[in-house]
Amino acid sequence: MVEKLIFLFFDVVMCAGLLWLAWRMLTTTDLFMAVVLFISFGLLMSLAWIRLNAPDVALAEASLGSGVTGALFLATLGRMQPLPAFHDFFSQKTNGVVVLLSLMITMTLSWILFSVPDGLDGLRTEALSSLPDSGVSSPVTAVLLNFRGYDTLLELVVLLTAAIGVWALGNELPTPESKPPQFLFIAVRMLIPLIFIVASYLLWIGSSKPGGAFQGGAVLAAAGILWLLAGLKLNRLCKLLYWRILLVIGPIIFSCMALIFLISNKSLLTYPAKSVGSWILLIEAGAFVSITITLIALFMGGKPNNL
Amino acid sequence: MTELIGTILVLAGVAFFIAGTIGLLRFPDLYTRLHAITKADNSGLGLVAIGLAIQTDHLFKAVVYIIIWILVLFASAIGSHLLASQAYQRGIEPWSKN
Repeated sequence: MVEKLIFLFFDVVMCAGLLWLAWRMLTTTDLFMAVVLFISFGLLMSLAWIRLNAPDVALAEASLGSGVTGALFLATLGRMQPLPAFHDFFSQKTNGVVVLLSLMITMTLSWILFSVPDGLDGLRTEALSSLPDSGVSSPVTAVLLNFRGYDTLLELVVLLTAAIGVWALGNELPTPESKPPQFLFIAVRMLIPLIFIVASYLLWIGSSKPGGAFQGGAVLAAAGILWLLAGLKLNRLCKLLYWRILLVIGPIIFSCMALIFLISNKSLLTYPAKSVGSWILLIEAGAFVSITITLIALFMGGKPNNL
Repeated sequence: MTELIGTILVLAGVAFFIAGTIGLLRFPDLYTRLHAITKADNSGLGLVAIGLAIQTDHLFKAVVYIIIWILVLFASAIGSHLLASQAYQRGIEPWSKN
């Protein structure tokens, strides 16, 4: 009883905090403040996912939604010209229209939510009953890599297209003149091995617990972003030619698997029953590498020089 | 017995957190606020981590609590140094009594 009350109190405070952060984020005229509020919103949102018993989504929200997207926003902000007339953009005239549209969307979504009949289970029972054949014991990974592997393959291609698009727009912007502080190097030297271990752990644990290629890749990309922020160059890690190969290795492994199984089993992405776990791990490992490189490429905001 | 000691340690940690929060709200400038929030919260988290660690039945869990503390120590030390050095470079003067 007391425990329930404490959780209720926590949930109410959390929801109020989310709404307040969202409101502040949308109404502030200071862009930097808006980005900081966005990152805080993402962190609180991942707590909300934990409360909804969805640790997979919580991990993705914290690492991708809040962490990497926040870093992308900050990097963009650093390269933007200051916007003196920013608040003129939302004039009093347009405010009414925006409020009206938002209200309409909110009401439609609420209507849809409340018109869903109770006790609807979706495909949950079918998915859970075929879990033993999927080669992994985590239901989320089973859906992502086995039951709906097609979607994940396309997602990887979307990410690759995004990276190619960014590279096509121009070269990496010059790094700022001012030298990054010395202790950032120390931080990079100490943290990157740790981040590498955590990211690999997330990839490995994805078959049985929350985790996987996307979460692991986002964490490893954070190491890359730290490396760049410390003013270090990517070609100190390995030859820049290899970065291209690493960028495409995930989609290539995945499509090759799809083709091989299409020819041998007459069906796209139907894995052989005996070795299905190993195939999924191989695809996840490739996706992990490519997702990492894609996110770092997006952070650089252009094609790396000398590539 | 360990439960009693653990609870006392966790409560002591909470006291540090409260002190840090009051410092964050009441101190006059960025540097002193950073000082309050990092120093007090790091000690508070340490006390909470030790308090939880001695109550677990499993050595592994206890080690995990301590590792979490050490990682937060790293992160907050680096973060606060970055904030402070950036602020100083941009010419924000440290507060003084006059």
